[in-house]
Amino acid sequence: MNEQTMRKSRWQTGMFLLIIIVLSYLSSAITAFNFVQGLATIPKALGWIFSNLMVTQESLEKLPKILEKLAETIFMSIAATTLAAVVSLFLGVMGSKTTKVNNFLSVFARFIASVSRNIPVVAWSLVLLISFGQNSVTGFLALFVGTVGFLTRAFIESIDEASQSSVEALTATGATYFQIVSKAVIPQALPQMISWVLFMVETNIRNATLVGILTGTGIGYTFDMYYKMLNYNAVALVTLCIVITVIVVDLISNHIRKVIL
Amino acid sequence: MSLLKVEGLGKSYTADKKILKNIDFEIKAGEFVSIIGPSGAGKSTMLRCMNRMIEFNEGKIIFNNQDVGSLNKKELRKLRTNIGMVFQHYNLVPRLSVIENVLHGRYGYKTTLQGLLGRYTEEEKERAFYLLEKLGIHEHAYKRCDQLSGGQQQRVGICRALIQEPKLILCDEPIASLDPNSSKVIMDHLKSISLEMGITCLVNLHQVEVAQHYSDRIIGLNNGEIVFDGNGRNLGEEQIHKIYGTKSRELITA
Repeated sequence: MNEQTMRKSRWQTGMFLLIIIVLSYLSSAITAFNFVQGLATIPKALGWIFSNLMVTQESLEKLPKILEKLAETIFMSIAATTLAAVVSLFLGVMGSKTTKVNNFLSVFARFIASVSRNIPVVAWSLVLLISFGQNSVTGFLALFVGTVGFLTRAFIESIDEASQSSVEALTATGATYFQIVSKAVIPQALPQMISWVLFMVETNIRNATLVGILTGTGIGYTFDMYYKMLNYNAVALVTLCIVITVIVVDLISNHIRKVIL
Repeated sequence: MSLLKVEGLGKSYTADKKILKNIDFEIKAGEFVSIIGPSGAGKSTMLRCMNRMIEFNEGKIIFNNQDVGSLNKKELRKLRTNIGMVFQHYNLVPRLSVIENVLHGRYGYKTTLQGLLGRYTEEEKERAFYLLEKLGIHEHAYKRCDQLSGGQQQRVGICRALIQEPKLILCDEPIASLDPNSSKVIMDHLKSISLEMGITCLVNLHQVEVAQHYSDRIIGLNNGEIVFDGNGRNLGEEQIHKIYGTKSRELITA
């Protein structure tokens, strides 16, 4: 890089910032969004939140029911994630450059991964809602499909990264395909893969709330129900429960990660 | 008696550029042969053609009276059990223990299921420990490979090749990422393997002096062609110039 290109890249950075500012101004003008007014309403909104979204004695009586639904949601997320992990492991091995069996299966695996990943989980739940109706299977499937897409992509990368050299060495010893995959590729990529699975469990517990609102299952449904009944105290309690759960799951999986990596 | 015979070997990835051109040589059982040449001369490609880790386009390779090019998948697997391979970057599974990595060398003799279940006979395990002891790393047998130094990892790599009970060992720049001390240890081990066990060694090397010191014979490769084939003593100034395109005085010799 010489002096001229350095100058040029600085000039480009300046232009880039300017473009962003102009773009955001234009879009707020078009949508008639007043930034100042938006800022000004924040204190009022916060005031409303603190006056209405308070956990009261009365709402605490609903706690057992909420916890039951929460447990259902957590287990559904875990089940969806672990089952998806099994499917993704298979697709990941097929899709990886170093362990693919043939090009057709590799493209096929990547195609499935990209379709299920690029359709948002919200869209999946609404689509599946039409075909499966309002029950926990729908929620489970919506999470499952999205997770397969994401995990397959992550597994492909973990496997690619971990295996190249040892695959070559084991091929040279005359080992068979399944021996190489099970004894060289999987052991090397496993910690990374478990880490992704844990990440997906966390994400899915968060997503399950949203999916629940849409498909009428689990904690999301409870949230939606109290919200529509204008029972904001109960809504606050549900939210609090979700936040605590997510934090706890986060802590647990961080600890597991530290141990295995 | 020749163990390996190469006739008119040629390899190209694209139509216009040939990596290997018309390679001919013959290696006797028990010989220690070094291949030297500049980077990109085709040393690694040539070595990998011997066990068809890379498929070649032209010519013929006869190993142990078998035509390597015509083997089907099952026969190729059988052939590979007879050819050990040692790599520059060791190519071990870093998260597994030393002993597990050594035993990986036995997969060629096992059915898929035996391999999946990790079933090894007592003899195989004893053999693995014997080899580790021979190369002086038996106290590390249960350590993970990524805790070992480069020289130690390369010795694990050699054990993995030896437990295959091969007739030929291919070494792809075995000392290129090691310090001079470990390099000497590795080369001494390779030499003693060839002398004591009668295993033929075909070694890619970067260092001319190392090649001259250890090998019975040197093959010089430049731009995909053999430009020298003979005893290390006959490798003079002129030949080195032919191989590397420079005078040996201008090369770093260590």
